[in-house]
Formats: sequence, C-alpha cells, structure tokens
Amino acid sequence: MWGFVPRSDRLTKAAALALRAAAAALVLCAPVQADTPARVVSINLCTDQLAMLLAAPGQLVSVTHLARDPLSSSMVAEASVYTINRGQAEQVFLLDPDLVLAGTYTSLATVDLLRGLGVSVLQVPPVTSLAEVARQVRLVGQALGQDEAAEAMAVAFEAEVAALQVTGPQATAAFYFASGYTTGKGTLADEVLALTGFSNAGAAAGVTGGGLLPLERLVLADPQVIVTATPYPGATRSEEILSHPALKAIGAETGARTDADWVCGTPHILRAIRRMAHLRATLAAAP
Amino acid sequence: MTRGRGITLALGGLVMGLFLASLLIGPAGLGLRDSLRALVTGQGEAVVLIMREIRLPRAVLGLLVGAVLGLSGAALQGFLRNPLAEPGLIGVSSTAALGAVLALQTGLAAAFALALPLAALAGAGVSVLLILALAGPRGGALALILAGIAISALAGAGTSLVLNLSANPFAVTEIVYWMMGSLADRSMLHVWLGAPFMLAGMALLLTLGRGLDALTLGEDAAQAMGVRLTRLRWVLILGTALAVGASVAVAGAVGFVGLVVPHVLRPLVGAMPSRLLPASALGGAAMVLAADVAVRLIAPEQDLKLGVLTALVGAPFFLHLIWRMRKVEA
Repeated sequence: MWGFVPRSDRLTKAAALALRAAAAALVLCAPVQADTPARVVSINLCTDQLAMLLAAPGQLVSVTHLARDPLSSSMVAEASVYTINRGQAEQVFLLDPDLVLAGTYTSLATVDLLRGLGVSVLQVPPVTSLAEVARQVRLVGQALGQDEAAEAMAVAFEAEVAALQVTGPQATAAFYFASGYTTGKGTLADEVLALTGFSNAGAAAGVTGGGLLPLERLVLADPQVIVTATPYPGATRSEEILSHPALKAIGAETGARTDADWVCGTPHILRAIRRMAHLRATLAAAP
Repeated sequence: MTRGRGITLALGGLVMGLFLASLLIGPAGLGLRDSLRALVTGQGEAVVLIMREIRLPRAVLGLLVGAVLGLSGAALQGFLRNPLAEPGLIGVSSTAALGAVLALQTGLAAAFALALPLAALAGAGVSVLLILALAGPRGGALALILAGIAISALAGAGTSLVLNLSANPFAVTEIVYWMMGSLADRSMLHVWLGAPFMLAGMALLLTLGRGLDALTLGEDAAQAMGVRLTRLRWVLILGTALAVGASVAVAGAVGFVGLVVPHVLRPLVGAMPSRLLPASALGGAAMVLAADVAVRLIAPEQDLKLGVLTALVGAPFFLHLIWRMRKVEA
C-alpha cells in the first residue's frame, strides 16, 4: 500500500535531494567509519526488505512485524529468522543498534527520539521510479558496509529492467483499488506500466500520485486492463466497488492483482514487472 | 382537501425533478441528451453503463431511502405523540447499522446475500422494541430521547468495535459511512436487495394513517373508535424495522430526515397522520435526493457523506424544537 501513497512532485524532488545528500554524507563518512555497523535494526517495511537482501549474516538484528505479513511483504520466509519490532523507540533502543533504518515520512517521532538517544538513523525515502530502486539499493548497501554486494545487485537490477522493456503499441490499463483509489503519474507503479507496454488510464484522467477516480470516469476511460488488489477478508463497502457490475460490464481484463511485490521499491518489483509483461504478451496474442 | 392535494402534487413534482437531477449530475459530466437517450434506448456503450448501472441505482435508492426515513419519522411521531421521535435520534438506524456490520464482518452476507438486509432489519427491530419498552407507551419526551441516546451510543460503540477488530484495514474507515450514510457507487444489486423490504415496510406504515388519526384523541378514545392498539403497535414496529433496516443496510444511517420532514410538512398538510404519512414519504425522498445531488456538486471527486448535509440542516432544527418545547413546558 505504501507504494501508492499520494505525494507531490515537490516532495519527490525534496526526497531525491535528501537522498543525494545522505548518500554524499555516507560516502564522506565511509573511510572514517572503517568498521561496518554490527547491529542493524529496520523499522520500515521497505528498508526491512532491502536490509534482508543486503546485510551480512548476523548483521541485521530486527525487522518490523509487517515483514512477515504476506499481503505487504515479498520476504515473509526470510523475515521469520529475525526478531520482530513494531517500530517503537523503546523497543528499538533496547536492541542496542549501531544503525537504525527508517522511512522518511513514517515514525518521525521515533526517529527524533532515537537520534536524541545517540543512535544513528538512516532515513530512506519512498521510491517513485525504477531508477530510484537501484539508487536505494546502493544507498542502503553503503550504510550497511556492503558496497560491493549492493553495486552488483543494482547493476543486475538495471540490466534486467532494460531487458524487460516492452516495445510496440501500448494497451490501456488502470489501477483500481478500494474506494475508487487509483495510481497515476509520477509513481513507481505508473513506470511499471509504461515499461511493460501499457498506458495508464488513471494518469490520462489527470491523477498524479495516488488519488480517487470516480467509477463513472473509469467507465468512460474504458481501459483494456484493470489492475486491482487482492481483497482482504471481512467484506467492506470500500472494496465492494471492485465487484461493481459496471466495472465487469466494460469487458476489461480484471485478472491482474497488485500484491506485496508492488508495495516497496526493492528489486522484488521485477516480479511485478514480469507478470505485467506476461499479461501484455497475452493481450497481444488475443485478437 | 384541495389544498392537501395541491401540496401532494407539488411534492411529487419536486421529487420527480430531483430524481431527474440525480440521474443527470455526476463526475463523468455527460451531455443531457446523450445521457437521457442512453438511459431510455440503451445506445452508447459507456454512457449506458454509467446511466443504468451507476446513476439509476443511486437515484432509485435515494428516492426509497428518503421516503422510508420521512415516513417512519412521521409514523413514530404519530404513535408516540412526540415531535422528537425519529429513526436516527432514537437509535433505530445505528442499531440497524450494527446488524449490517455484523453480517458483513462475520462473512454471513458473503455466504447469503439476504443476510445483510435481514441482519440490519433485526437490529432495527430490537431497538424499536427497546425504545417502546424504555420510553413507555406514551413516550415522554425526556425518557424517549435519553433512551435513544443510550441505544445509539451502545450500537455506535458496537459498530466501531467490530470494524476496529476487523482483519480488513479498510473496515475502520467505514465507521464514518455507517454513521453518516452514503449512496456513492451503489449498484442495482443493492436496489434488489433493499427495495422489497423498504416497499413492504412503507406499505405497512401507510396503513397506520387512520389508527394514528384516532390516537391523536388519546388512547381511550382511539380504543372506543375500534382501533386495536396492540396491533397498531406491532405493525409500527414491523414496518419501521423493515423499512429503516433495509435502508441502512444499503445506504448507511442518514440522520434527521425523519425529524425535519414531518415538521416542515405538518403546518402545510395539517396534523392528521393519515395525510402527513404520505406527504412525509414524498418530502423525505425530496430531502435525500437533494442532499445526494448536493454532495456530488460540492465534492464531485470525493465521497462526502449524506448524513453530513442532513445533520447540518437537521441539528439546528432539532435545537429549535427543543427550544420551543422548553417554552411550552415552562
């Protein structure tokens, strides 16, 4: 869900600047801190996964409870060996970390508190493009002192993204989630669509970031594919819109589902890209 | 009598106009002729879908829900001889919402579609019984309102608890929907689910006119005129539960309609319940349709809740009524 949080371009730019500054600071610090952090704690679902991908054995101490939630996390099995935290300062401090990985917009109070206690915290902004995924792998890799592994992973990621590029005419697709929420321009999901040969009907309808798209306007846009989310247990009115007769009647392909792979900008987004590319190929095969 | 008929005609015209407005106003911004042609002839694919599957159910539900709320307000006021009785204020709507939420969250409604209106109906029925027991047959104003507050609070807390404990992260955000009501993105499915119960409930409540007329003279006089009070009471309970229960199941709890409408109409059609009941049904339909058009004009891209607007009109009205009653009692 976090991948689709609305945010303005300005915020994104600020985040990119912050990222660069943080990266520069880390590079400058690296020679001074010859030793890598021995105890790393992550308090954000997305940094959980980056850390699990990059940390040396024993280096990562704890990840959040969300890392074990199959609806949010791509790495449920991997997360089972780590201590679970719920991101509260007290709990994190008692884990005695050398480095805490956190998100930029979440748990700000916790981050302030931890910094006040002298814990070093790296805040990682949410990803809004595929290029930022590779950048973030490098950033977290540097912070963990795993520069080489991170560089290799980032290069492999970039190569695979380039290889998955679908060319040719674009099919129309729209994201449609509970309460009529869609994902438009300037998002990672939008870039996944563009990469795999789709134009985003939500973006065409004028949605930037995440926003509401009234059902009437989705019907008018008449997309070929509607990408929705897997419904949660316990029926709600918000999700009822996804089974509205009008949505079924426009005859769009509605089988595609976003899942945990779409939530964070980690190399796991490649799995989502492969599925969308496959869907695009099946569309092309049909008359 | 001719005056009464004139008012009924005027109300009918108003409801028809608002029903048409509800069909023609929406975020898609369709042309007037295109949309009407699509609705009637079924030509123009996307426009037909929008008109028949999105706007028509919304307008039909607005009409029915409004009629139900206006009518049940008038009937409850007539029976309790208390101007403050109204399904929202006395807790019938919120108990119906609790029933509906329970049916949804336990998975009953998914297994068996009718479970949703039936559970809401059961909730509404329980609260009407409770209100009549707590407030007594004469329904003193204070006892009635206090009982209503207690029942509303209890049912609201129950609804919030169930939605907070739900495994579904969207459930919590729906507390507002169940307490304020909305007609956004309803489908014909909801019309088929709710309409039979709402129509049956309204049919029952409309038969009460003569009995309630007699009751204005007092219980003894009514009994002397051949009105069977026990039967009247049960028809009222069943009719209100059917009508309000089903309306809450498909549209959430929209408040104050049953309070405002009978009060506005009483000076126009006279205090006789037999005339006030049908007029209140029309007036309620007009009020909810107007509110539902207004929410689309005020915030076309968002789902502004219906109950927000009806409460903005209704709550000051309620205060005014209390003020007037205070003067009478003093």
